[in-house]
Amino acid sequence: MIPESSDFFQHLVNGLSLGSIYALIALGYTMVYGVLQLINFAHADIYMMGAFASYYVSRWMGLEIEPGFYALTMALLTSMLACAVLGILIERLAYRPLRRAPKLNILITAIGVSLLLQFGAQVMFGADPKVFPTLIVDQSLIETPFLILKTLDVTVFAVTLLALLALHYLVYHTKMGKSMRAVSHSTVSASLLGINVNRVIVFTFVLGSCLAGIGSVLVGLKYPKIEPLMGVMIGLKAFVAAVLGGIGSMSGAVLGAMIMGLSEEFVVAYLSSTLRDALAFGLLIGILIWKPSGLMGKNTIEKV
Amino acid sequence: MNPKIRNPLLLVVGIVIVGVVLQFSINAYIQILILQIMMYSIAAMGLNLVNGYTGQFSLGHAGFMAVGAYTSAYLSQIFPGFLESTHLLGFFLFSILSGCLAAVFGYAVGLPSLRLKGDYLAIVTLGFGEILRVTLLNIDTLGAARGITGIVPYPELGFLDRFWVSFVYISIWFFISLYAVWRLTRGRHGRQFLSVREDEVAALSLGLNTTHIKVKSFVIASFLAGIAGSIYAHLISIVSPSVFGFMMSVNIVVMVVLGGMGSFSGCILAAAFVTVAPELLRSLQSITGFDLRMVLFSLSLILIMIFRPQGLFGSKEIPDLWRSWKAKKL
Repeated sequence: MIPESSDFFQHLVNGLSLGSIYALIALGYTMVYGVLQLINFAHADIYMMGAFASYYVSRWMGLEIEPGFYALTMALLTSMLACAVLGILIERLAYRPLRRAPKLNILITAIGVSLLLQFGAQVMFGADPKVFPTLIVDQSLIETPFLILKTLDVTVFAVTLLALLALHYLVYHTKMGKSMRAVSHSTVSASLLGINVNRVIVFTFVLGSCLAGIGSVLVGLKYPKIEPLMGVMIGLKAFVAAVLGGIGSMSGAVLGAMIMGLSEEFVVAYLSSTLRDALAFGLLIGILIWKPSGLMGKNTIEKV
Repeated sequence: MNPKIRNPLLLVVGIVIVGVVLQFSINAYIQILILQIMMYSIAAMGLNLVNGYTGQFSLGHAGFMAVGAYTSAYLSQIFPGFLESTHLLGFFLFSILSGCLAAVFGYAVGLPSLRLKGDYLAIVTLGFGEILRVTLLNIDTLGAARGITGIVPYPELGFLDRFWVSFVYISIWFFISLYAVWRLTRGRHGRQFLSVREDEVAALSLGLNTTHIKVKSFVIASFLAGIAGSIYAHLISIVSPSVFGFMMSVNIVVMVVLGGMGSFSGCILAAAFVTVAPELLRSLQSITGFDLRMVLFSLSLILIMIFRPQGLFGSKEIPDLWRSWKAKKL
């Protein structure tokens, strides 16, 4: 089937907006991996909790009555706050006691935390899906024969871009960001230089969780159905995106997420929608066998 | 009597006695649970070779169970009369075929992916499990999302009822697996596995083919997972792609880690815990009104990892503990 050009641009926009949501979540994985060498399986569920927090707060404050900039900002802030607090709690209670334990134990703990959040959310919020409130009115901004740009897609791009710029500033232009990069380079030498490693790790969890919180609100706006297991698949795909770009590398995570978003959109559009979930892992296995360090990861040489 | 004859003889007598006791003292619900524990133990013992002994982290073991289960289910669907005419022999044949096919899958997955280490390997094996599940969802001859239903269960033989036959059949596989992994890990192969776990570079420099060793443990583990899958198919009578998802893989890994990496008696006990704990917590649900089973299960998982990181038994076996306890007492 030859893709029609009008469809092509529309899928491009959709793919990019999906990719930017993946990017927000993938950055959390890649940053935590950078400082702790841990796959934070609970990250996807922190994201789910953020969606529920902003759902309840916007219902409570009646944000859907008056959709617009204020409503969106409030939802984003509550979600970021909730995710950050949850991230700190998880790091403090579950991961810190295991800092010196074998890697496998920490991985199992991460899976345990993830399951705890999933099933805890099912008990607290119920397993049935809830409809996320409309916080901005979705209307066409630009209409051409080739593509229709809607408010939602523009919002997703704008918020993601702002978040990425803020992240770039925090990581590359502040003292905390510098220590974070130092810890990610080598934990031991960073602590010898007087960096409080535990504080850096907490900071990393806060940053990653905030990004997941932003992502959760954007997903809630774009696909307005939230449920306790919503994090599982998107979390796995975001993780695959992080590995694809080279885990530990932040620009790699964004690149990987965009590739994931675009390829998923085009596979669903032109091949088959059942392949959607297999694609992510197929892509991952291919990249790991062909270039295990990912697209932008550094090659590490094992020394004895 | 010669111990070479005495030990297996004692084992057979033991199985018969335990079977009789279970038959008359326990209700059907608990009988099924015991059979499931034995089935999961077979899969967990296999994974213990990979995770515990060889130190490679695999998160896709449910995929190999799925291969085994679907092989058995499909074979008994296309040869419906075969199992009835051959009694238990046909089941053995199907189980072995299932195990072999799972081992072939294990070889195909293990050879390229075992070059990776640690977290990457975990993710690739997880990915393999997911791809297999999605593939099964899309194959119409294997029932797609419905799976295969009405698989031939274990038969009644003469005066022996269905539980008895299943119990004997699964016990035989259980002890074959236990004996095999036990012998394997206490010989040359076990030392090779351990050397890869402790220091791969050192093992390489001693002239060991570490890739070959890793693939070997992976293939054996897949074979046992295939056997467990085949037992699952005939025991539960339904296989569907959703059963063999990520949760099943996590459960098997939890059995290995909980019991202590490298302890086979530990992972059998952990298999019992993981199977029974959610069932025991069912009564709690009627009191509180919430389904707290999985919440408590995941919480206990985290707490065990924090307070007893080496698992229940570490790398010790129950006989070791018994011996040291007796020595202390004297």
